Amino acid sequence: MIVDVGTRLAIEDLFARYAHTIDDDRLEEWPALFTEDCLYQVISAENWALKRPIGLIHCDNRAMLQDRVTSLREANIYEAQGYRHMLSATLVTHFHRDEARVVSNYQVTRIMQDGSTLLFSCGRYLDRIKFTKAGPLFAERVVVYDNRRVDTLLALPL
Amino acid sequence: MDAPAFAWPAGGNTRVPYRVYTDAENHEREKANIFAGPTWGFLCAATEIPEAGDYKTTFLGEVPVVVVRRKDGGINALVNRCSHRGSLVALKNQGNTGTSLTCVYHSWAFDLDGNLQGVPFRRGIEGKGGMPEGFDLKQHGLKRLRVEETCGLVFGSLSAEAPPLEQHIGELIGGRMQRVLGNRKLKVLGTTSQYLHNNWKLYVENTKDTYHASLLHSFFSTFKILRLTATGGIHVSDQGGNHASHSRNKQDKDGGEYVGLRSAIDGFGLQDASIFQARDEFGDGITVQILSVFPNFILQQVHNSIALRQVLPKGVDETELLWTFLGFEDDDEEMQRMRLKQANLVGPAGYISMEDGCVGGWVQRAIQGSEADDSVVEMGGAGHASSDSRVSEASVRGFWNQYRGLMGFAP
Repeated sequence: MIVDVGTRLAIEDLFARYAHTIDDDRLEEWPALFTEDCLYQVISAENWALKRPIGLIHCDNRAMLQDRVTSLREANIYEAQGYRHMLSATLVTHFHRDEARVVSNYQVTRIMQDGSTLLFSCGRYLDRIKFTKAGPLFAERVVVYDNRRVDTLLALPL
Repeated sequence: MDAPAFAWPAGGNTRVPYRVYTDAENHEREKANIFAGPTWGFLCAATEIPEAGDYKTTFLGEVPVVVVRRKDGGINALVNRCSHRGSLVALKNQGNTGTSLTCVYHSWAFDLDGNLQGVPFRRGIEGKGGMPEGFDLKQHGLKRLRVEETCGLVFGSLSAEAPPLEQHIGELIGGRMQRVLGNRKLKVLGTTSQYLHNNWKLYVENTKDTYHASLLHSFFSTFKILRLTATGGIHVSDQGGNHASHSRNKQDKDGGEYVGLRSAIDGFGLQDASIFQARDEFGDGITVQILSVFPNFILQQVHNSIALRQVLPKGVDETELLWTFLGFEDDDEEMQRMRLKQANLVGPAGYISMEDGCVGGWVQRAIQGSEADDSVVEMGGAGHASSDSRVSEASVRGFWNQYRGLMGFAP
């Protein structure tokens, strides 16, 4: 649906901040883009289509996102790597009062410390965005990835 | 049986030559001696193909297999290769094929037992062309695997010599499998594929290696979750290839929530401990059980997170790891939610399993040029007997014991 330019820009701006936060390795700032009672889920398109609930990550509040960041920083061991997000085809499907539902496409390239570069993941973001006093936040971000097969491991959020 | 491509080093099962992870000739021998040898490979959960004609494609080692539900309710497994020109017959991951499987290349059609039913233009056109008179459809069916089921899991074998599945798994490990899956009706909650840049055996060894758990996976220790009071042990089958390790939290009481766990977490950095809301589902206080069946099947119970892992070789230096997350048909809502949340611990992004995705690749990269050297597997001695210590590599040695026997590596 067509929303006013200001609303659309606010959504696009949230998406861009999300991408840069991860790609610039500012993971500590990533949970703040979500509401406190948010849902963040990473699930394959196959499971999503078959309505199978278990994917790669399932967090149903912001504290869980903070725990994931702490774990990635303090506990988990994985090879140094970074992402580059490419975002496109933003489609607002519903807008009512202070809430929008948005579908968009993403591609994430993963770059390893030795320079090897891989199209690591592609898929859709299915978002419910809440417009709060502090600006738009993700109430839900469901990452539905098309690539079924995960190369090596998934550490950083998509 | 041809001789192995190289000699096993002195030291028996306490030394593993790095060539075993890199040698192309050895890899070819594994196809015949291990995966087509007297062993069983996990194919699917029976519940994944509930209706007649339902099929799923998978692999026995590197051999493509289609598992299909017959009209009489039984399950067949067929090599997914047309007997004519060798094309894949079933092309999708899963689906329903009705009463026959038809190769798209030249429309050769097979019934669900693999029998060739018809060949288009068999008699030619107007007396010209066609198959010779003596062409016998019966000689050209799809190759059929032996199929057996246990605990709702379907296994297949290409070997007439493989002992019955129950015997292959053995009473000891079979009992540990029963413990988790029992005779309850399974429900698939999700599947995941993970691609590893290492030989398949490095992943299988990792699942048997109880020594690394608290050292590599620092999630528990960082958040002070693993209590040193935990007890446990390792069960290893006689031949060595099957194992079940477990740990039990001594604080478990009351047959319910893990008393004390929450307080163990508070104040140590985890802001939301809901991923540890768990039930003592099997009534024995065992919080983690990892079980393997030779050569490449794993059953995991981490609290209430139950998953099957199928370790599939993709050439000598790559592996696909297929995860199937399970629940049971009679799970209540709370249990479903706990399984969903606890799945954050495991899988390709799991807090306590993501390291296993990369560590094998690090070995694979590091051993290049060191093919004449060996790795050391001496923790806990030289044998592969069951033990109540997990500071041991007994089940890793057990794997090599069974592997060497099948591959003809002299003791």
